[in-house]
Amino acid sequence: MKILVPVKRVLDANVAVRVKPDGTGVDLTNLRMSMNPFDEIAVEEAARLKEAGIVQTVTAVSIGPAQATDTLRAALAMGADDAILVKADGPVEPLAVAKILKALVETHQPDLVIMGKQAIDGDSGQVAQMLSALLGWPQATFASKVEMNGSIVRVTREVDGGLETIEMDLPAVISTDLRLNNPRRASLPSVMQAKKKPLEEIDAASLGVALEPTLRIASTLPPPGRKPGSRVESVSELIDKLKNEARVI
Amino acid sequence: MTTLILAEHDNAALLGATARAVLAALEIGAPIHVLVAGHNATGIAQSAAKLEGVEKVLLIDHESLAHGAPEPVSEAVVAVAAAYSHLGAPATTYGKSIMPRVAALLGVMQVSEITKVLSAHSFERPVYAGAAIETVEATADKIVFTVRASAFDAVGEGGSAPVETVEFTPTMRTSRFVGRESAGGGGPDLASAKIVVSGGRALGSAEQFNAIIQPLAEKLGAAIGASRAAVDAGYAPNDWQVGQTGKVVAPDLYIAVGISGAIQHLAGMKNSKVIVAIDKDPDAPIFAVADYGLVADIFEAVPELTKAL
Ligand SMILES: Cc1cc2nc3c(=O)[nH]c(=O)nc-3n(C[C@H](O)[C@H](O)[C@H](O)COP(=O)(O)OP(=O)(O)OC[C@H]3O[C@@H](n4cnc5c(N)ncnc54)[C@H](O)[C@@H]3O)c2cc1C
Ligand SMILES: Nc1ncnc2c1ncn2[C@@H]1O[C@H](COP(=O)(O)O)[C@@H](O)[C@H]1O
Repeated sequence: MKILVPVKRVLDANVAVRVKPDGTGVDLTNLRMSMNPFDEIAVEEAARLKEAGIVQTVTAVSIGPAQATDTLRAALAMGADDAILVKADGPVEPLAVAKILKALVETHQPDLVIMGKQAIDGDSGQVAQMLSALLGWPQATFASKVEMNGSIVRVTREVDGGLETIEMDLPAVISTDLRLNNPRRASLPSVMQAKKKPLEEIDAASLGVALEPTLRIASTLPPPGRKPGSRVESVSELIDKLKNEARVI
Repeated sequence: MTTLILAEHDNAALLGATARAVLAALEIGAPIHVLVAGHNATGIAQSAAKLEGVEKVLLIDHESLAHGAPEPVSEAVVAVAAAYSHLGAPATTYGKSIMPRVAALLGVMQVSEITKVLSAHSFERPVYAGAAIETVEATADKIVFTVRASAFDAVGEGGSAPVETVEFTPTMRTSRFVGRESAGGGGPDLASAKIVVSGGRALGSAEQFNAIIQPLAEKLGAAIGASRAAVDAGYAPNDWQVGQTGKVVAPDLYIAVGISGAIQHLAGMKNSKVIVAIDKDPDAPIFAVADYGLVADIFEAVPELTKAL
């Protein structure tokens, strides 16, 4: 069995976001970039399925600039067997990402695609569902548990009302939620080993997918600030303020 | 131009986020139709027909739609899509699972989680966990979007739109429903409550979470939320998580108890009207968004607060 894991290079979750003063976007210069946290969870899940003997090959793929090689090496260090960099400079919209992934699914024939539920930069939450729709494969979004049973996969999903369990026949698409697993930190030897694992580069244009964005980002601005609040010294002062100043209780 | 809103329901009742998505649709300025895709869902279609501003309700009733599986539901939306310039749904786990499929099948992008409608083609949406707000212009002849429900009020229920039934046969491979487990404690709904009390890692255990947070929430008639740390540690069920990747709430009053205020948590609550933070660390970032900050030990301050109310 084969798994494809798409991983995106994003601004590290712990780095403070700076919006450019001219409204043209978020300033990424010299800031730490990392694998999207949900994608780390996807790589971890795939690595565990491999370690359990259920899966033979885990292929990581990233669509992005040359630096996304680092993200792919990180996936290889966590347990992926090989990697594909689809080179594209500039932002690639979720629909184009889904179309590129569809083309790769057709050439690589995985049984399962496991990917993040959302990239924490654009917060779009679209690619997994789009890929599933384009392929005509069933989908399980927001997975917090994945159990493989032959050609059937059972997934527990985090939904608004609690937890939902569904089953899918392979091939299928899964998107990960935060509680699916705790991704490992790659050991030094696996980081060294990862440098020797195969990493193929292809040009996004060669897949025949239009990369030109279709949505226009007219501006990117900081959110409106809140007016500064005040400290209260005691519980009774708090109650007084809530009753008589804010009038919310 | 006509807008189609996909109704969110659980096959028993129409859910509140739908009425909020309809308000966002009103701001687009085109006539609004609502699609109810379900099984034995006539009652839900009748509820949707009462939403103010809705001109027509489409009902697609098929057994494949009984549990809201995204594969057939998205096909049902696409089956009627030809007549619409705009197709939207609330950005709940239901809408989020379905609408990107609709967009892909129609060959367009989705505008995710809009928080403001500027015109029929221009929307605001938060990115980077709310650290930036984008203005997005969509020029395609079909605009697919999801609506962050907390950013819009709900329309009223004085309408009486006609209900039209549409035939439908699904063709796509689909996931199969096995079961559902609801963890919620029967209190008010987190997404629409006027007051939310949320607990963080500081609570230390599920027992203490219940002992400290529950009585305060009960006194205030509040819904209960939690930080990711509290959910991960098992103090609270997953559907109580507030934040970038949990629920986004904007109640009149939000009380954060022992929550440090990471940006991912703020993303889910910083548009609340009044924010109270109780934390023993005077430098906790939550105080930067709090209207009223109390530096105190939660195990003393919260029971005292509950008692005094
Ligand atoms: C991709 C991603 C998505 C995320 N999504 C979310 C999300 O949706 N929602 C979310 O909440 N988080 C999310 N997080 C996690 C987030 O970054 C924080 O780790 C989390 O919010 C911390 O939870 P906390 O404030 O409860 O815990 P902590 O940060 O540990 O804060 C605990 C606070 O309790 C205080 N405290 C301790 N004991 C006491 C006491 N006795 N009395 C008073 N105060 C006390 C401490 O001073 C501290 O401020 C996400 C993270 C990532 C990377
Ligand atoms: N450029 C990319 N390269 C590889 N995977 C991506 C890329 N963009 C998005 N993805 C995948 O799609 C998921 C959802 O992204 P999004 O729909 O953009 O929020 C991510 O968690 C990744 O798994």
